[in-house]
Amino acid sequence: MTAGPRTTAGPATSADPVPTAGPGAALGWRGAVVQIGRYTFVSVVLGFFALPLLWLATAPFDRTPTITTSLPEFTLDNFRALLDNPYALRSLWNSILLSGGTAVLVVTFAALAAYALSRVRVPGRDALLYGLLLLSSIVTGTATMVPLYELAFRLNLIDSRLGVILILSGGLLPAAIFILKDFMDSTPTSYEESARVFGASPVQIVWQIVLPMVRPGLATVAVWAVANVWGNFLVPFLLLRNPEKAPAAVIMYTLYTEGGQANLALLSTFSLLYSLPVVLMFVFVSSRYGFRFHGGIKR
Amino acid sequence: MAAITLRRLGKVYPGGVRALDGLDLSIADGEFFALLGPSGCGKTTLLRTIAGLEVATEGAVQIGDRDVTNLQPGRRDVAMVFQDYALFPHMTVEENIGYPLRIKKLPRSARRDKAAETAAELGLTGLLDRRPGQLSGGQQQRVALARAMACHPQVFLLDEPLSNLDARLRLEARTFLKRLQRELGVTCVFVTHDQAEALALADRIAVMEGGRIRQVGTPVEVFRRPANTFVAGFIGSTPMNLLDAEVAGDAVVVAGTRLPLPEPARAVVADGDRVVYGVRPEYLDLHTAPLDDALSGRVVVVENLGSSSLVSLDLPGGDGVAGVGLQVVVPEGREPELGSTGWVVPRAGRSLLYRDGELLGADGGGVVGSGVVGAGATGGGVVGGPA
Repeated sequence: MTAGPRTTAGPATSADPVPTAGPGAALGWRGAVVQIGRYTFVSVVLGFFALPLLWLATAPFDRTPTITTSLPEFTLDNFRALLDNPYALRSLWNSILLSGGTAVLVVTFAALAAYALSRVRVPGRDALLYGLLLLSSIVTGTATMVPLYELAFRLNLIDSRLGVILILSGGLLPAAIFILKDFMDSTPTSYEESARVFGASPVQIVWQIVLPMVRPGLATVAVWAVANVWGNFLVPFLLLRNPEKAPAAVIMYTLYTEGGQANLALLSTFSLLYSLPVVLMFVFVSSRYGFRFHGGIKR
Repeated sequence: MAAITLRRLGKVYPGGVRALDGLDLSIADGEFFALLGPSGCGKTTLLRTIAGLEVATEGAVQIGDRDVTNLQPGRRDVAMVFQDYALFPHMTVEENIGYPLRIKKLPRSARRDKAAETAAELGLTGLLDRRPGQLSGGQQQRVALARAMACHPQVFLLDEPLSNLDARLRLEARTFLKRLQRELGVTCVFVTHDQAEALALADRIAVMEGGRIRQVGTPVEVFRRPANTFVAGFIGSTPMNLLDAEVAGDAVVVAGTRLPLPEPARAVVADGDRVVYGVRPEYLDLHTAPLDDALSGRVVVVENLGSSSLVSLDLPGGDGVAGVGLQVVVPEGREPELGSTGWVVPRAGRSLLYRDGELLGADGGGVVGSGVVGAGATGGGVVGGPA
């Protein structure tokens, strides 16, 4: 019976501070200072991150937006001006095409590759994955833009959305495979074996059993791919010449006044429209797929 | 419904691990058959080889009249219930039960009817719209059984069917499983490491060790006349007492005491043979008063088993060496005092003699030493692996 001594020890320790009130109060005072300091620090950090967002929320509705955040003189003129820009809305559609196409390619091929790598014993598998992951950060990076441009030129993929999608997919695939393989590894093989005994073909097993079970993983990778392409500037900037094909990240770069100054009215309005689809996607995906996993395996 | 015949079945994993070693086994049509053994003995590999999830490296598997050795699992007409049940988490109970029919391309309405019908047989009617994660362990098991039943297989394969249930539910599920098998009349092979489960459920048991079958028989045969000391030690909730002994005329000398020579062994032993005397704790009677021709020893431990007690005695070494332990099961109210001396008499016809680990004088004409074991009561000749 160890409960006995423990219950008697409880009141003894809680009674301790009473006779030594002096040091206890000093400690409380010092504690208050520490608390104030901590909250001040948190507030500063919070302000650092919140102010740009606040600017994004107010500047588009301001008649004369500046680089600082202030109460706006409310107007919707900025949106009207943006609609008059021939490329603005079209570029958002281009962004959706590029990121959607890349996400589809990445999810499809990463799922197939991750399943194979997870279930089939390939010699040197881990080294292969690690190598790919290491190199992938270079592939779509600045360092390889010259050879990539050369490659796209030879393959006649300059000024082609497909070219941009292929190159971005290539850069994202290794990391996507890595993430999805982890999901595949954590689903027990007995599900698939069970389906096999019932006579399911490999295609049926992948389609009916494996993919539905790693759906949260697929959603994660898709969202991550979309967000990556949405924010990518360099690849579409270099590979697409026709401004009608340019995505929002590139068009953003063109929003200047005649005097060469950044057009803050258009820029802030466009930024708001530019960020909305991604925010909506996150909300939708997390509510639709979430990170649920209904257990069918008794643990 | 079909019989299963295994011929010279062997499985060597890449890397040289020999999981199955030339097995010969016949499982009769409609039989409830247990594969029993300690972990790593190859019992699960054997089950998976019958299912087709493992490919035999030698020998043949026959189900009914068909040689299925090289057939895909889906073409063997078997159903398997996995240890973890493997219910698809993204499907409802109804979709899970109907999944084998979905593979066979039955229309949705037919699948729904069949699922409802099967679920009703197993008392799952109210649960059809739930997901596996919302079911208790016992319910999950019944859904897994229903899914296996829905495709009307010739053979049921169960991998450790009761191991994932808690103790009380396990007894319930055991009775349920046995009744279900009787009603369906389907050939059923299950794997277990629990000898009590095998004894309770199976019509016949194959006891395995190191990729080989050490004995095949009905629960009564395996329990009363273990073919070798491995089976003797493995079967029974308390292991068999195995004591070094020596044959002396028409008696056998155990720890300095002359005991009657077991009848079937009489013809195959000679005076002075070194043997092992085996007798189950349940087949020993403990007396507190001195008796002639009884093993006597000091009571060192008394363990309560509920309606009986397990008493451990220290027998003095017969030739002056250290003492040996002996365990006796005594009925309620007959427990001896700790430290007192007890006299133990084996019941007639219940003791066995082993030489080199093999039973001497097996019944049914077969000589166990050569590795041939008598056929079980439900039919099907069986040859054990070479010893």
